[in-house]
Formats: sequence, structure tokens, C-alpha cells
Amino acid sequence: MAMEYIGLKDINGPLVTLEGVQNISNEEMVELRTKEGSRLGRVVTLEADKAVVQVLSGTQGLGLDKVNTRFTGKPMRIALGSELTGRIFNGAGVPIDGLGPVYPEEIRDVNGSAINPVSRAYPRNYIRTGISSIDTLVTLIRGQKLPIFSGSGMSHNRLAAQIARQARISDEREEGGGFGIVFCAMGVTKDVADYFRRSFEESGALTRVTMFLNLSSDPIVERTMTPRCALTAAEYLAFEKGMHILVILTDMSSYAEALREFSSSRGEIPGRKGYPGYLYSDLASIYERAGVIKGKPGSVTQIPILTMPNDDITSPVPDLTGYITEGQIVLDRYLDQIGIYPSVSVLPSLSRLMKDGIGEGYTRADHQAVANQLFASYAKVSDARGLANVIGEEELSEADKRYLDFGNHFEHEFLNQGVEEERSIEESLELGWRLLSILPRSELDRVDDKLLDEKFGPVKSKKEDITPNTLPLPETGAKAPKDKKRKQAVDTGPSA
Amino acid sequence: MEKKDVIHSINGPVITVSRTDSFRMLEMVFVGEAGLIAEVISVSDEKTTIQVYEDTSGLQVGEPVEGSGAPLSVTLGPGIMQNIFDGIERPLRIMEERSGAFIASGLHVSNLDEEKKWDVSVKVKVGDKLSGGDIIATCPETEIILHKCMMPPDVSGTVTWVAGDGQYNITQPIVKVETATGHEEEICLAHRWPVKTPRPVRQREMINRPLVTGQRVIDALFPIAKGGTCAIPGGFGTGKTMTQHQFAKWSDADIVVYVGCGERGNEMTQVLDEFGDLVDPKSGHLMTDRTVLIANTSNMPVAAREASIYTGVTLAEYYRDMGYDVALMADSTSRWAEALREISGRLEEMPAEEGFPAYLPSRLAGFYERAGSTRNLNDTEGSVSIIGAVSPQGADFSEPVTQNTKRFVRCFLALDKNLAYARHYPAINWNLSYSEYYEDLDPYYIKNVGEDFPELRGKLMSLLSEETSLQEIVKLIGTDVLPDTQKLTLEIARIIRTGFLQQNAYHEQDTYVPLEKQLYMMRIILYMHDKAGELLERGVDVTSIIDSGLFERLIKIKYDVPNDKLDLFDQYYKDIDDTCAELLKDSKRAASQAG
Repeated sequence: MAMEYIGLKDINGPLVTLEGVQNISNEEMVELRTKEGSRLGRVVTLEADKAVVQVLSGTQGLGLDKVNTRFTGKPMRIALGSELTGRIFNGAGVPIDGLGPVYPEEIRDVNGSAINPVSRAYPRNYIRTGISSIDTLVTLIRGQKLPIFSGSGMSHNRLAAQIARQARISDEREEGGGFGIVFCAMGVTKDVADYFRRSFEESGALTRVTMFLNLSSDPIVERTMTPRCALTAAEYLAFEKGMHILVILTDMSSYAEALREFSSSRGEIPGRKGYPGYLYSDLASIYERAGVIKGKPGSVTQIPILTMPNDDITSPVPDLTGYITEGQIVLDRYLDQIGIYPSVSVLPSLSRLMKDGIGEGYTRADHQAVANQLFASYAKVSDARGLANVIGEEELSEADKRYLDFGNHFEHEFLNQGVEEERSIEESLELGWRLLSILPRSELDRVDDKLLDEKFGPVKSKKEDITPNTLPLPETGAKAPKDKKRKQAVDTGPSA
Repeated sequence: MEKKDVIHSINGPVITVSRTDSFRMLEMVFVGEAGLIAEVISVSDEKTTIQVYEDTSGLQVGEPVEGSGAPLSVTLGPGIMQNIFDGIERPLRIMEERSGAFIASGLHVSNLDEEKKWDVSVKVKVGDKLSGGDIIATCPETEIILHKCMMPPDVSGTVTWVAGDGQYNITQPIVKVETATGHEEEICLAHRWPVKTPRPVRQREMINRPLVTGQRVIDALFPIAKGGTCAIPGGFGTGKTMTQHQFAKWSDADIVVYVGCGERGNEMTQVLDEFGDLVDPKSGHLMTDRTVLIANTSNMPVAAREASIYTGVTLAEYYRDMGYDVALMADSTSRWAEALREISGRLEEMPAEEGFPAYLPSRLAGFYERAGSTRNLNDTEGSVSIIGAVSPQGADFSEPVTQNTKRFVRCFLALDKNLAYARHYPAINWNLSYSEYYEDLDPYYIKNVGEDFPELRGKLMSLLSEETSLQEIVKLIGTDVLPDTQKLTLEIARIIRTGFLQQNAYHEQDTYVPLEKQLYMMRIILYMHDKAGELLERGVDVTSIIDSGLFERLIKIKYDVPNDKLDLFDQYYKDIDDTCAELLKDSKRAASQAG
């Protein structure tokens, strides 16, 4: 039964309090009607006959009287159906593309509920993005949540759009309702939203994209619901319609800020940097909605994007995110500045699920070996660079010089890639092998001798060691600049 | 009619009831029409505050709250092994049958299977005087674990009736006893125990056996004791979970309790998947036969996350009381601390450091102090070892959880970001880690592994720390200017790092290495060091030793020598001797030619 109440007790930021209410459920949706129209709210706290309601579209223009409040008795829900793909919604899940409401095959609570760990299937197959650095070194696995840690002004949006355009499930023949994208914008500028839309349109991907847009000028309370609406749609398409859904969430930092703003208006005790103490649980309730369920063909894969304030990976949002997600792709400002796109900083980037989703039967048998060796060798490049800064390049040992050479080729040919360029796994791995051939064979300690023999032919003598291996060197098309001032010196020893 | 207690306010997982006299502190209560499981966390003269272990959306003011009369308890009995529970011991497999892939709230399921009949042999007879903790019956729980059913620790008396051997489920009485007060009690296979109360023991025993993990850097350099405590702090991506998994798979404990506290759902699935296929090399049985999992992933209710740690340690203590060595892995205690913080915030308590409640250190201490090697009430000996992962914010070890944990653990395995970036796994930083168990465990190593074990470890450690200081110089001026002896130190340290400390969890042989092979590896590396040192003294150039390829061969020993073919080491000694003799000859010849 829906009761209507007239008037409010007080208004504080996005929160309004009602008194004398009865039979109200926690998290119930509320409709507030004024002369101008109606807005939605959600019950967040209940005490005796008082209810605190969070108004999704903000409290601007509300007065204490002349407001009729109706409690719906239901938590926030959205309508779901197979025609979701290709549609555009606002942050609260209301269609804004002028095509009218979705024909509801099902109506679901946007808060979802936790997937039972027993019901999960361990993610084991990859998504090909066509980007060498990601496919080879931080492979994206179906059902994974792999965030992009970036900073303002870096190319994360371009990268995300490229991933969205090029992403293919590895095996197109496989069962399932195909591949789809749910794009969720939280607090991004109109330009950015347009950029994504245009980019989907141009590549003809728009028909398989569902967009949820909360722009930076939209109310913050609505922003806290946006990812939940988007993920509810994603879960529906994945687990009911059997599609493989890639969810792009941008920008999680704005989301967290909205949460902080909302929390402080509730007068909650702040934790680190003013974020609420439950930030971890809250972020987890979003990220953990990625996954694969046993016996269901679809999957939900997430790529959350977050901009780190001042490029600081230890600030609360990236820090807590890293603890929940299964790895991260970190972008590096220095690489960005010297014109490397995508500027993936290889060493801190990681895909935790990759080891079980690559290799024989998925990508290629030698994938893990190549990836390990590239990581290990590139880690040594920064040592060599550090040393070269001190004693000069001429004084370096032969092996160290080769490392410098390898580092430059690696950055300019392996990491660097065109926005439209799509590389197959084969191409990326072969490129990796060619780059490794710059190094002396004794330095390739992460690869089996057998595999090395296969690639480079057997070793003839120990002295041959320092000479280059037998694969042809990659063409030195790009000019390798001398980077004397690396910002990010990573050394292989432990920090004392 | 009975007066009813009703909900007064709701704020996230915290609710209050305005009446006060019906509930006791820490009592388990049922909230709302759905009967959500909850616990009383504060009682004042105005209101009782209750934290709810399930999702509170849809709850209304005015719904009833019912007491259970007992603190939050778990059921202890056969059926725990091989199972996977949530934070309050609800079996997740049964919940899946009931509510499908997504967890619904308000599900009432019994903790253990009440239907299943166990093959019970009764161990007592009429007239026996029994006290708390005495074993009354046994039944095979899995192929390798014999479950010993015990008297509840707080019950004692004279046996007046016993059931014969046979098939019973956990609710059927096995024994009846008359207590001192003349009251008759029925004892079943299972009993309940409050999770926040440590189970009593007769006395604590000396710690003197290592928890062998098969991980070289731990067993050799930073050993953990059976009954000991250990913390593994590390930023994300440094391999905390991987290290915990390796412990759970390979440690020589009889029982493993793995608590996934506020971590990733996919990780728990991985544990389930992997352990289901893995065979324990020692017993030849499946790993799951000795493992119980508690999974409260990060998106499951926060209050149950707080409880999961206690549930885990209570199950561990229960098996310890049967005389088993139990290892408890808690991944991660930081999530537990954060759950405390979150609930403390909802209670509007005055926060201490970084928003954590002021009682954080005492809670941590209370948890780690439940570890120990003990003589139990029934005179068996058992142990609970606790290995807790810590996820410091921003990988900064000075944050409150890491710092406070450090005060209560005796082994500290610091995981290092830079090592992880270089894909050096396990990424345990040998400069920051420590173990206080050397003294307790050295007698064991000397007696059972090798007399020189502690000495070898000392040499290894000093070489590593020497390397650390040399690296400072190398960073400034490069290796070329160092004298040959220091170059050798760097080379040997490299062998130790890549050939000994680095261990490949995915390599068939390298994933678990017995103590004996660890000893042999240390011996041969230090033998190489001594030999090479001699050569240097006699005028051999260090580069010629490096070029001989001996070092590379030593590094590959971990892959080349199978764990069960340790006699292959003889060949390495011979090769070292031969090559060294040759190098000496070469250098003499060169010298005489030059002269």
C-alpha cells in the first residue's frame, strides 16, 4: 500500500528527512512530487518514525512544504529486456535516447546480490584486445575485473575506446549470445561521453553497446547508482541472454568522490582522506559483480578506469581498487609524454588471472614464457638506464648496452601501437621473440633451453653467448630517443 | 503474550532496539520477519545496538527482533572437512541449492549436514567418568581424517548410557551422562561453541617443531613454527594470496583452515578448483580431504566478514583438540580490521589512528593469541598455527594494522613490490623479514635435517646483506671497479637470489621442495663460494669462473635435480672440483706464459 506524506522535516544537501512515517523499508524507493515535476529518492536511514531519504537528482528547488512524498515499497529497480543493447540511459537507468521505455522482460533490484563463491566458474578464457602490451603481458580474461589506472590528461579514454572497438572473444564459434559492451560514464565531461559515442558509432559497434551516462554536471547521488544500474543490465545480458559483456566504468574516481560527498552530508565519520570507512566494501559491491557462473554461457568482464589524483597509486581509490580487482593496467606519464601510445607501464601492470587463460589451447604454448622473459628483461632495462645516467653509456658492459637497445625497441615497437592498429596474438608474440633476440642468450633465464633452441637454434659455444641471437632484428623505424631522465627507476633488488 | 522487541532504527548493517533488558552482550539474535542473523554489540540503558550479518535492505522499523539466548556460535562435529562455509558457518553449497547462484538473505540452513549418517565407533562405556574435552567416539570424516567426537568442554559427568557402534547422524545422542548436579545430559556427535571464546586447553607446550612449507625462503631463512604466528604483509600484486595458497597446499599440517576474508570471489573459486584436483604428495589423497574453506568475499555482508576470522579459528581449535596440527590461513586480516572500522564508524565511536577503532590492537592480539602448541583437555597434543595476510594501505608498512600485527606475531614475511615487479616470487624481502623462531626450531633442524643447517642459514643471510650494501655502491659506480672478491660476493648472492630464494609455484618439482634438498642446495652454493674464494686467492680471475658456466648450472639445480634424486648432487660437486682444478691450471699456465 502506498502512503503519501506532505511536507518535509529538513533538507540537508542531497538528504531530506521525513517525520511521522510508518511501514517504511530500508533502501526503499521514494517519489517526491512538487509542482514542477517529480524526482526519485532512496531511503538510507530509518529511526523510529523518521526516514532519511537521499534524493537522486538533488534537492535543488525543494522546499519544506509543497512536497508530496510517496513511498513505493520497492528498492530501486530497472526494467530489463533483450532490447537493452544499442540504447542510451541516464545515470538512474531512464532512457534518454528518445526511443521510449524498455519493454520489460524482467524488473530487477539494481543492488544485485553477491554471487555465491561456490557457483562461480573460475575464469579461464581470454578476450583479445588486439593491443600487444595488453594481450601479451596483462591478458584480459573473461569474467575478470581489470582496471586502468591513469591520470588526468593521459590517453586512458582512447585506450578504453580502442579496447571496446577491437575486443573479441577468442573463440567466435563458441556458444553464447555474442559479444556486447555496457558503457557506464560517471561524472565524465560531455566531450568524453561524445568521444566514446562517436567512436562506437564510427566503428559500427553502437548496436552492441548499452550506455549509461551520468555526466559531470549531473547530480552526484544519481552517480552513486549509475554503476549499479549498468551492472544490473550487464548481469542480465550475460547470465540470462548468454552474452559476453565487457563493462567499461569511467571514471571510478568521480564515483568515489560522489560517495564521499554524500557520506559527509550524512555526517558519517570519515576514514582515509575523507572517504567513508566503507569505501572498500562499497567498491567491492561494484567490482565483485564481474564473473562467470557455472552452467551459464555468458560472462561479465569489467574495465574500470580511474584517474589517480596527482598520479599517486597509493591514494585511497586506486589502492583499494587494486586490492579488489584482479590486477591492473597502469599508464605512465613519461611514456605518454614521449609519444608512446598506449603508454602502459609494464612493470606495475599485472593480470592475476592470465596464467590460467593463456597458453596451449587458449593463446599459444609459449605465451607465458615470452611474457615472463619480457617482464624480467624490461625490469633490468631500468637498472641499465640508471647506471648509464651515472657512468655514461660508453662505459656500460656489452650486456647492459644490449639492455638499453632492447628497452628502446620494446617501448617504440612493442608498446607503441596505432589507435586503429589491431595485432593478433601471433603477431604480438613473434614481435616479443624478435625483441628478445636483441639480448644475449644467457640473459634469457626465464625461458626453457628447449624453447630457446627451437627459436634461436642450439648454442655452439659459450663464447658465442654475448653475440646477438639469430632472429633478424626488428626494423628500427622509430627513432629511439635517449632518455636520460627516467622518472620511474625500478630496481630489481628489494628496497631496504 | 510475551512482550516483543522491535527495531527502532536502521543504518546500513547496524540496527538498534530501544528496549534493553532482553538481550545480553554478544548474544546472537534474529532480526525482522526474515530472521536475519545478527549479533548484539552494545547495550546501554536506552538502546541495544545490533550488527546484522546479512543485507538489511527491505527491513522496516517495527519488525521483531528475537534473541537466541546464546552468543554467536558454530556447530562443531563431523562434516566440517571438505566443506565451504560463509563467515558464520553456513554451508555455501547448500545455500546454492536453495537460492541459486546469487546469495539471498534470510536463508536458514543448518551448519552441518544433519541427515548424513556417520560410521561411529563409541569409545566409552557405562560408568566411565568423563570430563570436558574427553573423546567419546570416533568416525572417519574423510579418507585421511579420523574425526574424534568430544565432550563439550563445559560438560562433565558419569556415563549412564551409551549407544552401540553404528550409523548415526549428528543430532542423535551417542552418550548420556549424569552431571555433578544430578542432571542428565545427552551428548551427540556435534556440539555448539561460541566463536569469540577460545576453547580451553590443559596447558601450553613449548614450540619446537617447524611448520614445513616446502618454500625455501621460508623453511630455510624465516621458519614458522607449528603453533606459531606469522604475518605476511604486502601491497596488492605482491603475491600474498599466492603465498597463502602455497602454504595451504604444501604445509605439513594435518588440517588446513583457509579463511578468505573480504577477498575476491574468483580467488575462492580458484582454491576450490585447484584443491579439488590436487593430490597431497605425503598422503596420496586429495588436498580437499584435509581442508575447510571459509569464504566471505568482499561483497558479502561486512559484519559476517568480521565474524569469519573467529569462525575460522574456532574450527581450527576444535581440530586441535582432537590432537591434530592445524594451520589457519587468514587472507586478509586487513579486511577484517576494516570491517571493525566500518562497524565502529556506524556506531559513531571515537576513532583512533586512521579511523580504526581504539580496540584494534586488543582484537588483533586476541586473535593471534589463539595460536599455540597445546596439551589438550583430553591429553592429546595439537597445535594451531596462524598465518595472516595483511594488506597495508598504499603498501605502507607503517599503517596501524601492519604495525599492530607486528607486535603480536613472531614471524614477519614482508612482501616487496620491487621484487614482484621483477617477477621474483615469492617476493619476500630478505632485509625486512624476520623470524623469532630460530632458537626454538634450531634443535629440530640440527637433529632431523642436518647439523650445519643453522650455520648455513647464517652464512646465506650474511652474504645477502653484504650484497645489499654492495648494491648501493654498484648503483653509483657500476660493478667494474669492485675488487674480485666483492664481485664474487655479488655473483654468489645472485645464485642465492635466483637459484635458491626464487621459487616457481607452477613448476612440478620446484613448487614444493623437501627440507633435505633445501639443505643440499645451501651446501652446494656455499661450497661453490668457498671454492671460488680459494681460486681467487690463488690468482684466478673472477670472470673466468663466471665464464665457466658453473654458476648458471647451480641456479638451474632447482629444476634439474628432482626432489627424489638427491644423489645427483654428487655430480655437481665433482664438476665444481674438476672445473676449479682446470681453471687453476689455466691461470697458472697463463701466468707462467706471461712471466
